[in-house]
Amino acid sequence: MLEFRKDLFADERDDNLNVIGKGEQRQDMLGHVTGRTRFFDDHGFEGLLHLKVVRSPHHHARIRSIDVSAAERAPGVKRVIRAQDVPVNKNTLLSLIGFGKDDEPTLAVDKVRYKGEPIVAVIADSDAEAMAAVKLVRVGYDPLPAVFDVQEALKPGAVVVNETYPGNYFEYHDKYDHQKLRFGDVEAAFRTADHVLEERYQMSPIEHASTETNGTIAAPETNDRYVVHSCAQGLFFSLGTTAKILALESNRLHFIGGTVGGGFGGKVDSLTEPLAVLGAILTGRPVRYVLGREEEMQFGSPRGAERHVIKDGVMRDGRIVARQITSYFDAGAYTRLSSYGVVKCVAHMPGPYTIPNVRGDAYCVFTNRVPATAMRGFGVTGLDFSIEVQMDKLAHLVGIDPMEFRILNAYRDGDMKAHRRVAHNTALIECVQVAAQKVNWPLSETARRASSLSGGGGPRAAIPPTVTDESGRIGRPETRQAPPQLTPGAAPLPAYQTPPAVPIYQPPPAHQPVAPLPNYPSQPAAATPPPAPVPPVPAPPAAPQHGAARFSSVFTRRR
Amino acid sequence: MARMPVQFRLNGSDRAVFVEPAETLLGTIRRGLGDFAPKFGCGQGTCGVCTVLVDGEPRLGCLTLSVTCEGRSIETASGLADGPTLHPLQAAFMEHFAAQCGFCTPGMLMAAKALLDRNPNPTRIEVVEAIAGNICRCTGYEPIINAILAAAQQRGARRA
Amino acid sequence: MPVNVRIVQGLQEAAEILAADRGALLLGGGTLLVRAINEGVMTEGTLLRAVDPALLAINAGGARVELGAGVTMAMVLANRDLSYLHAPARGIGGPAVRTTATIGGNLFAATPYGDFTAALLALDAVVTLHAGFGGAREMPLEEMLTNRARGGVGLVVSVGFNRPVGADAFRFLKVARVRPKGVSVLSIAAHLPQNAGRVSGARIAYGAMGPTPLRAKAVERVLEGQSLDAATIAATKTAALEGTMPATDAIASEWYRREVLPVHLGRLLAGETS
Repeated sequence: MLEFRKDLFADERDDNLNVIGKGEQRQDMLGHVTGRTRFFDDHGFEGLLHLKVVRSPHHHARIRSIDVSAAERAPGVKRVIRAQDVPVNKNTLLSLIGFGKDDEPTLAVDKVRYKGEPIVAVIADSDAEAMAAVKLVRVGYDPLPAVFDVQEALKPGAVVVNETYPGNYFEYHDKYDHQKLRFGDVEAAFRTADHVLEERYQMSPIEHASTETNGTIAAPETNDRYVVHSCAQGLFFSLGTTAKILALESNRLHFIGGTVGGGFGGKVDSLTEPLAVLGAILTGRPVRYVLGREEEMQFGSPRGAERHVIKDGVMRDGRIVARQITSYFDAGAYTRLSSYGVVKCVAHMPGPYTIPNVRGDAYCVFTNRVPATAMRGFGVTGLDFSIEVQMDKLAHLVGIDPMEFRILNAYRDGDMKAHRRVAHNTALIECVQVAAQKVNWPLSETARRASSLSGGGGPRAAIPPTVTDESGRIGRPETRQAPPQLTPGAAPLPAYQTPPAVPIYQPPPAHQPVAPLPNYPSQPAAATPPPAPVPPVPAPPAAPQHGAARFSSVFTRRR
Repeated sequence: MARMPVQFRLNGSDRAVFVEPAETLLGTIRRGLGDFAPKFGCGQGTCGVCTVLVDGEPRLGCLTLSVTCEGRSIETASGLADGPTLHPLQAAFMEHFAAQCGFCTPGMLMAAKALLDRNPNPTRIEVVEAIAGNICRCTGYEPIINAILAAAQQRGARRA
Repeated sequence: MPVNVRIVQGLQEAAEILAADRGALLLGGGTLLVRAINEGVMTEGTLLRAVDPALLAINAGGARVELGAGVTMAMVLANRDLSYLHAPARGIGGPAVRTTATIGGNLFAATPYGDFTAALLALDAVVTLHAGFGGAREMPLEEMLTNRARGGVGLVVSVGFNRPVGADAFRFLKVARVRPKGVSVLSIAAHLPQNAGRVSGARIAYGAMGPTPLRAKAVERVLEGQSLDAATIAATKTAALEGTMPATDAIASEWYRREVLPVHLGRLLAGETS
């Protein structure tokens, strides 16, 4: 059961609250138990029409021909919608906030890029008639080779999935084929580390499987507007997307929603709204477009597949001195929200730990799989899984209890995080302590006395001299770093004796040391170079046209 | 295709409708008669959000043809409450936080009602088995199981 | 032309329509055919609903058991004389599926469905086919399943089999990834009549290990005349995969099904619950 630990961080919290910490009946619960809650599909309309789409049976194919004549003549069919009927038939969701290029048609034009991609929409008097007519649409295809693996897709000469991004990667800051994080000098730290461990982690796509499938009912309303009963999780996001695709003033769309039959991130893509509204415009009648379960499972966006390669340098005493993470996010055939997932992933590196040298490279890769999207902490969840398994392996490697190992390396208030924000309200140490207590896991006195509130900041607040590089310029895959190699222990290999010729962010007076954690016995100093003055924080780069910096603040900004 | 007439009772009222021959009971109840309590979730008998009672037995509205329901008595979650008074299951679902998005709730309630009508004092395992055909993706099943057990207890107390 | 539904009284009329119209299908509980309509797989043709008391008959009290093709899983579960079939019946869907899913429908369920049919196969069941004007024709279930794979069967009225002797003589195991209700990774039914501690006339059948439920004849041969000891069970595990042709689907890969079948067979024969 829920437990409020008021003993922790007591002075950071106002206990004089009216709702938090007390049992409150939810205002929507009565509607749920009486069956009166109205979801998007729970609205009756006279003359309701039903829309179904023709989907690609191929992972990748050129469309040679489309013949809708038989479908148009089929019983009950009121209208067939083709790509040329869509006013703005190319969009990317995050274009509303200026992030990324339009890359996805509502209905496929020249090519299909994933199995299940919509090509033609059929509107009929009933679901059954629409489904029967869908079978009558004849599409000629020239199948193309397809690519399904992220690292294969990044190789020079790979099949081009999405011509908007000819290198099969999302372009960050108009400059790089991936999103970067640089903090300190991981290569130098690997050379001094007692152990270096490199492991690869990956996860498959995950379907949200909300009990309500994606869908929309759109109907002509008074004042030349359209009422739209939508399943969208982000109703105004969907409104903006629909307005853009249909080239309508947004005030002609009256979106009603917010009551979602399970979303979990799977209802942010406006999969059904634009076509339903277009159908209502073209027929002058209410149009309902609801995905069937198989469509939802096979073609509704999932959480994308991820692959993370983590290389850590760790000292015998348990301190992690360097962490390098290379991440590949499988966006599928179109961007949707994967580009943002990558930004979140990099912002989360290196996890809730204070590590003096961090390097991150995260790629948003296009393949011929179903486009991926948001799902519960996307960008972070898969990385966290990878990091925490890696933490267990590291703890095992150095012979330290995994709980103690986490407390030892945990970030603390005042520490500088790798993306140059000072950590506040950290609580990992307390979480581990409480978890250990709950399962009667023995912790040392030192670990029990550790606190997120003390031992942070000071030298740990410094931004170290940082090695930067120009690897992975757009259109120049040869500039990418070679895959990380497994490096042995503390003795530097001959190959590492000459520092790599890379530009330095700021003239580094010297390397910044890791501060020993206050509650731990003194640690060997040999692993870290002597202390040095803190270099100034580098000036932020010029605001990119499509960039993470701009994106990170945009949800709070009205456009 | 000629439509076919069907008569049945829906939550205690006699209803007569014309249906397409292959129309499902779910479609008839929702779009034909305007009772939107039972939901469409999968159309394949996997999720249970369309669960209704036909002559007291739990049935999947999405897999039942309306023409097979001639003369039957059909119950949905809309008919659970007695006027303003909630059914003990409804009250227990509210009390025990047994719904989050609410989409599975109408079907879950009917599956539970089918159980309690037949077996007023079920074990936990019997409750689990009774809702085994109903998927909830939000709250987890524990609050739902607890609510059904609590409703059974409360009904027992009322009878005593 | 959308899907039509015809409701007919009596098997004779149903059989005539089925014979005359290749697009006509007999509707059992609808758990497979109505799904096909919902998903747009079936967009034309005729569903035939036959109302006949013969389809709902249960004759389970004696040594010879007859079950109408329209008997539902819920009806099986409500019948105490059929307790040996409760495990396979309970394995079909959730309660709201079992109130409609019929024995007859299960005989025609494509893999990975059809677990109840595997149970009937292990009972050496015989199906009774309608043969016109009150006539009937019997056919071993195994032969019917072979015909089903080829396309033509006819109208199944009922299934018949001998009640297994002894409480432990009939065993059934359904392996699913979701409990208590999930689609089969595979199922195993075993009828193990014993004579003085030795198995005699064993029948082993699998669900979801081929295009239709199938007999594991190699395993049956291994069991013949043996006691169910560790050596025999080890030998059955070696023979377990002979004749199987599992599919890869959303539930499990062909590899996985082959990999776990011997393990589960061994447990079932050893009387271990898995």
